[in-house]
Amino acid sequence: MSLDSKTVAHIAMLARIKVPEAELPALAKELSGIMTWIEQLNEVDTTGVEPMAGVLHRNLPQREDKVTDGGYADRILLNAPDAAHGFFTVPKVVE
Amino acid sequence: MSSALPPSELTGLTIAGALDGLAKREFSAVELAQAHLKAMEKHRDLNAYVVETPDKALAMAKASDERRAKGEALGALEGVPLAIKDLFCTDGVQTTAGSHILEGFKPPYESTVTANLWQAGAVMLGKVNMDEFAMGSSNLTSHFGGVTNPWRRKGDNKRLVPGGSSGGSASAVAARMALAATGTDTGGSIRQPAAFTGIVGIKPTYGRCSRWGIVAFASSLDQAGPMARSVKDCAIMLGAMAGHDPKDSTSVDLPVPDYTRALTGDVRGLRVGIPKEYRLDGMSAEIEKLWAQGAEWLKKAGAEIKEISLPHTKYALPTYYIIAPAEASSNLARYDGVRFGLRVPGESLDDMYEKTRAEGFGKEVRRRIMIGTYVLSAGYYDAYYLKAQKLRALIARDFETAFRDVDVILTPSTPSAAFAEGENTDDPVQMYLNDVFTVTVNLAGLPGISVPAGLNAEGLPLGLQLIGRAFDEETLFRVGGVLESSASFTAKPAGY
Repeated sequence: MSLDSKTVAHIAMLARIKVPEAELPALAKELSGIMTWIEQLNEVDTTGVEPMAGVLHRNLPQREDKVTDGGYADRILLNAPDAAHGFFTVPKVVE
Repeated sequence: MSSALPPSELTGLTIAGALDGLAKREFSAVELAQAHLKAMEKHRDLNAYVVETPDKALAMAKASDERRAKGEALGALEGVPLAIKDLFCTDGVQTTAGSHILEGFKPPYESTVTANLWQAGAVMLGKVNMDEFAMGSSNLTSHFGGVTNPWRRKGDNKRLVPGGSSGGSASAVAARMALAATGTDTGGSIRQPAAFTGIVGIKPTYGRCSRWGIVAFASSLDQAGPMARSVKDCAIMLGAMAGHDPKDSTSVDLPVPDYTRALTGDVRGLRVGIPKEYRLDGMSAEIEKLWAQGAEWLKKAGAEIKEISLPHTKYALPTYYIIAPAEASSNLARYDGVRFGLRVPGESLDDMYEKTRAEGFGKEVRRRIMIGTYVLSAGYYDAYYLKAQKLRALIARDFETAFRDVDVILTPSTPSAAFAEGENTDDPVQMYLNDVFTVTVNLAGLPGISVPAGLNAEGLPLGLQLIGRAFDEETLFRVGGVLESSASFTAKPAGY
């Protein structure tokens, strides 16, 4: 699979990673190399094989739906790059 | 109390030896911690530690000595000083996962595995370096710089990598800057660095240790485990790390056996599988010889050697490089500059996200996030992600079939010994091949241990890997113990 700069720009947008225009061709080449290597999987006939999402062959347990933790917003906000009045802040999103 | 042993001997102890000396009051936990803090200071050039926590270490050691003096109940690691991979959240102590995006992050909570270790009486020396978000096999992707392997090639002073991603853990243990360390393993990140540095490392079965509070890379593959200088030390430490945790729904509610009791030295009648697909084209003669030697040792000890087939082995790495990046791209979506870590201001919310993530993530992490985003994106999901999940099922089935005929599988740990920065590191796919023998185990969720088994012609350590049935770590410790005593690997890196 050969990825072009336009596709890579789209992936970068989906991943929310800024990639300067000038770096797109080199990145496209690198990612194409990896994807081409990955495509050897197409040699294998997987018709009728159940996809495997994880290794645990059992249902995950459910816990009682109650609050077991929390109540320390101050400690959580200590790691915030910017906080005000007990909230995280972000650039203005509504005009 | 004054120590009968000089500091260099204290740092050269095994965990078992240290527990014994502490019990006999030959030295105190404080003295043991001090000896290690001194060694850490002396070997800072290896760049193994990202954060040293001497105050914490001494306070914890003092508390341990007091528990012992008062005759209180003692834990399985009472007074044992450990290095903690910087992927484990440690309350109030910077936790970065080797990334700029988490620089300065001080978790307001403790991971379950480290909490279990402290509960068992262990002492924290500091946080150790690693490949960024555990993505790498050389420790070179760390934002805090590479780690140096204390081993050198004979007659060559070139600095070698310790492997990765748990490179700081491996270097710290091999250079006698910790009695043992925690590691994590998503595709080989405990076993490959253990092999590169001549120490023992075990990746337990998926679900054995809680993942709660460990910075997530690929959640269906990640598993924590111990790295130490003997099989027995790993057995002691895994017993303290493992166990059910209601906060990780994938941690299994099974009793944790006393793993040290598995070290019986008796492998008579045990069936050991040698997978023919692991004999790679162009494999080094040294690795092949060591592998045959390992089989010979086990045969001599009374085990039965059988050739087995794991037919989908060659597809394990490309399968992994779809599944792991896909999971990583979702897990790492949380680093957006809002709640913790780095924020690069932007004109809009999206602009802030994009700038923060471009600056905060290193090259390899950005590459994997983009691969993951691509294979999960509309129109490509079936062709890549679903296909990889099907291959994963076939790889797991290979092992299930093999374990009908054998009790344990023996393979090399890595296709080569440790390499230098600049060798082997330019092409990402070449670097990925480091994990060719280890990655299958993560995909199938099985336990795997690497045991140092010899030196190559250049004087560098090489490891052998044992793979077991799910939740049968005991067989790995039993067979690993026999490999260890047969190999009688006593070599140490010069100067440590």
